[in-house]
Order: sequence, then structure tokens, then C-alpha cells
Amino acid sequence: MRATSPETSQALGQRVRKPRREWQGWQFVGPFALVFVFVFIAPLAFALYLSLFQNRMVGGNSFVGFENYVAALSDPQFWNGFIRVVLFLLVQVPIMLALALVAALAIDSARLYASGVFRMVIFLPYAVPAVVAVLIWGFMYGNNFGLTANINDLLGTDVLRPFSGQWILASIGNIVTWEYIGYNMLIFYSALKTIPAELYEAAEIDGARGFQVIKAIKIPAARGAIVIATIFSIIGSFQLFNEPNVLKPLAENVISSYFTPNMYAYNLSFAGQQFNYAATVAIIMGVITAVIAYVVQLRGTRKEDR
Amino acid sequence: MTTSLRTVNPKARRGFSITRPRKSAALTVVMLLFLIYAVVPLLWLVINASKTQADLFTTFGLGFGDSFALWDNIVATFTYRDGIFLRWLGNTLLYVVAGAGGATLLATLAGYGLAKFTFPGKKLYFAVVLGAVAVPGTALAVPTFLLFSQMGLTNTPWSIIIPSLITPFGLYLIWVYTIDSVPTELLEAARLDGASELRTFFTISLKLLTPGVVTVALFSVVATWNNYFLPLIMLSDPAWYPLTVGLNQWSSQASGVAAEPIYNLVITGSLITIVPIVIIFLFLQRFWQSGLSAGSVKQ
Repeated sequence: MRATSPETSQALGQRVRKPRREWQGWQFVGPFALVFVFVFIAPLAFALYLSLFQNRMVGGNSFVGFENYVAALSDPQFWNGFIRVVLFLLVQVPIMLALALVAALAIDSARLYASGVFRMVIFLPYAVPAVVAVLIWGFMYGNNFGLTANINDLLGTDVLRPFSGQWILASIGNIVTWEYIGYNMLIFYSALKTIPAELYEAAEIDGARGFQVIKAIKIPAARGAIVIATIFSIIGSFQLFNEPNVLKPLAENVISSYFTPNMYAYNLSFAGQQFNYAATVAIIMGVITAVIAYVVQLRGTRKEDR
Repeated sequence: MTTSLRTVNPKARRGFSITRPRKSAALTVVMLLFLIYAVVPLLWLVINASKTQADLFTTFGLGFGDSFALWDNIVATFTYRDGIFLRWLGNTLLYVVAGAGGATLLATLAGYGLAKFTFPGKKLYFAVVLGAVAVPGTALAVPTFLLFSQMGLTNTPWSIIIPSLITPFGLYLIWVYTIDSVPTELLEAARLDGASELRTFFTISLKLLTPGVVTVALFSVVATWNNYFLPLIMLSDPAWYPLTVGLNQWSSQASGVAAEPIYNLVITGSLITIVPIVIIFLFLQRFWQSGLSAGSVKQ
């Protein structure tokens, strides 16, 4: 198969540089681009357009400039949801990622019996649809035939009330952690596996042991993966919707229609028909998310350079 | 099938004691906590899918009920309301095959094209697609709905399938994978033989890309199988619902004015929903685990 004679490789060099080949690439990247424009660029442009207009009873559709943005940024319901997801992300994301990292290090340490089983089983919840995960946990949280009811009966108390105002965010955090801990663990584990054997060999000669190896070799090697996982978790937290929305019927008084910004945007458009305002809320969240993801990435890579 | 990756073969470094320490019972016990955490909800689901509605209320959550009604529940799930569950299962399969299949094809072609060709607009292409990863679905969902409703696409399968076709993560993974495992000389040799680029791709490159493609396919399957927000927005006719939206509808039927709780069907339906995807993951784990490690090299 491989062309090795000097003649052919020369001809080859000319061929590759010929400009008529240049457009060949588009037959591969074209179809993706076409659909991408349709489902990414067009809706984004449309959302921007919507956010600059208002549909009034009198006067119909009219251009209002940044009026919607001003309204959203001074909307207590928007901020209520926003602060809630920020709180959620500050508590849930570090806990989940720390646990995932511990699990990945344990599996990578080769000190586990049956590590393959651990890897597979801890990852399994990722394959469970969010709706089903919330339904299961919702049943287990519930008073009717839930495990918490069983536990409360056993202890003779009613300490565990997952659907009460002060517990609900923790209850949701637990479900999200359950869903994604294994996925993040696998991302970390994949990064750890790429550490070259020579590094361990060198560490061995230097007499490094246990936690020294983790601190000096493993954590730095996984830094890129940690940054990526953090960014995805931040994006996920800001988009929080499925879990509170499916739990809502079980905790009607605790989960409001503006519990998270995403739920707010959803209810604005489908219960309130306020499409322009909903698009504005969505764009504000999009911009905030993108900025934070960008900052995390910058900080993460800067540390890597050190 | 061999997987040629730039990762270290775990067996290769077993010679060093850092990587070949004594097994630790203590660590294994600690990790058992993780295992229990992951398994208990799934175990709860399996156990409770075997209970009648009465047993659900009266017996301990992690113990079996007085009667073993798993088969009755399965039959009831599939026959409830003229077998709407089967319809939802069929819809889900349609969305998965068309959506995830299409997404894998598009991402594979584009990732490969970006890795092996220079073409006008390549830099912009890359920047825009990778930038899209940071755009939250939130910002897009409502506008996409409005756009689709103006085109008359809402409440049709197209409204679910078309947005599922794009996976920037999949494109990125295939791009990395192509650079790693498809030698440029091989393509040039094929060019000399007069094969067209597409033909070369389908006859030579695709085989080399198999683990990467399987990984992208698997994650697309999970994403479409688990899709909830998009169908919730797009579909108003229960006949087009996927399993996720349908199950939630059954679940919310337990409260409200005309409450008609069917907890046993919700639980059994949930179990039926996750069984296929769990099986797929277990059987293909060799592929997606190697595909994932390739992706992490470039991070």
C-alpha cells in the first residue's frame, strides 16, 4: 500500500499542495456545518432578535432596545433563581468532583480488589435518564413508601424531610451527584492512565510514596481533566432544570416556577407566553455561563503552565 | 480489533511497585461505600418493580413484597391505555436511531475532515463549533422552539431528531482520534491509487476510527435516549412522546384533581427504560473506555 519510491513521493508532494484539492475538505465538514447553522446559529440569532423586542397588547411587536435586559437584571425572581444555582454550584460541584477524584485515584492506585467492577458500577448511574433518576430518588425521598420514611420510623423521628424548604437543594444536589459522579470519575481516570511509566519509575528512585506520588504526579497530570470537568459541571448547574422540574409535583410549595433561571425561562414562555422576556433571561444566563467557563479555563491553564 | 492509543498499557507498568502495590482491603472497603451509593437506587428500582401497588405502601423499601408481581407489572405497563408505553418505546428508538445515528455520522465526517484537510474557512469553522460547547442549551431551547413552530416542525419527530444531530463534543473526539490513529501517508497512498476521498474514508479510515466512532455513538445514544427538556418543549401530542416525557406524565398523574396514581407502572416503566441502555454500556465498554482515554490525551 505504502508508496516509498522517490518518484511517487515527489508526485505526491505536488498533488497535496495543489489548490484544487482545497475544497475537498468541505464534503466532510459541510453536512455538519449545515445542520449546525440550523440548530445553533439560527436560534441564537433569533433569541438575540427576540430579546430586543416586546410584544404589547397595544401596538404589537416593537423594538425596545435593552429594555428587556434592564427588566431582567432588576427582576427579583430572576435573581432568586440565579442565587440558588450559584449556591448549588458552590456546594455540589466541589463535593461531587472531589469524590469523583478520590474514586478515580483509588481505582488507578491498583490497590483495589476487583477495580474493574468498581469502575463499571460507579459509572452506571450515568446511563440512567435524569427523569428516571429523579423518579427513583423522588420515591425514595417520599413519605408514602420511601426509604426516608423507613429510616424515620426506625429512628422514631422525622428529621429526614427531603422535600422541606431547607433540605430541597441538598436533595437535588444528591441526585445530581449520583448521576454524574461516575462520569467524572471516568474522565479523571482516563487522564491518570496516560501518565507515562517512566514518571513512576523516577518517583520510585526518588523514594516518593503514596500521597507524595498523588500530589506530585497524579493531580498535576489530571489538572486538564479537572478543568474540563469543572467547566461542564458549572454549565450543568446553571442549566439546572430536569431535577427540580420532575420533583416539583412532589414538593409543590417549595419548588417555585422560578426555582432556577432555566425553569423561569421555561415557565415564562410556556405558561406565560412571554417569549421575548424568556429569550432575554436565557441569553443573560448564556453570557454569564460562557464568561465563567472562560475564566475557569484561563485560570486552569495558567496553573498548568507554572 | 486492536486499539492503537497513545495511552500506557496498564499491564506495561505493573513492574513498578507504585503501580503494583499490595492490594488494600481498607481501601476496597472505603470504595464499597461508593459502590453502595451507586447501586442502592437501582436495587430499589428492581425490587420495587416486583411489587403490587398495595405492597409498595406496606412493605419495606429494600425488601420484597408479599407477592412477586414483576411479570404482572410488565404486562400492565405495556397494556395500560391501549399500549401507549410501547408506542413511547418505539418513538424513543426512532429518535435514538435517527438522532444518534445521524449525529455520529455528521461528527465523524466533520472531525475527520478537520483533522485531515485544509480548506477555506477552517479556522473559523473550528472556533465557532468549539465555542458552541460553552453556549448553554438553555439559551437555545426556547428560540429553537419558536423557530421550529414557525416552520411547522413542532409536534413532529423532526423537532426532536434535527437538534439531536449536532454533537460538538463528538466532533472534537473524532478530531483527536483521527490525528492519533489515521496515518496521512496511508491516505496519500490511496489518493495515488486514484480513490476518491469519500471512498478512502469509508473503505480505509473508518475502520481505523472504530473505537472513537463507537464512543461517540454510545454517548449520543445516551443523550438522545435520556433527552427530556427538548421533547417536553417541542411535543404536545402524547403519541409522539419518548419514554422520559411519558413516564413523567404517568408520574404526575398521581396528584391533581383527577388523581389516578399508577406508581407500580411508573416504577416498572422506569426499569424497562434503563435496561437496554445499561446492557449496551456493559457490552461495549471496551470500545468506549479506549475512546474516552484518547479524548483525554489532548485535554
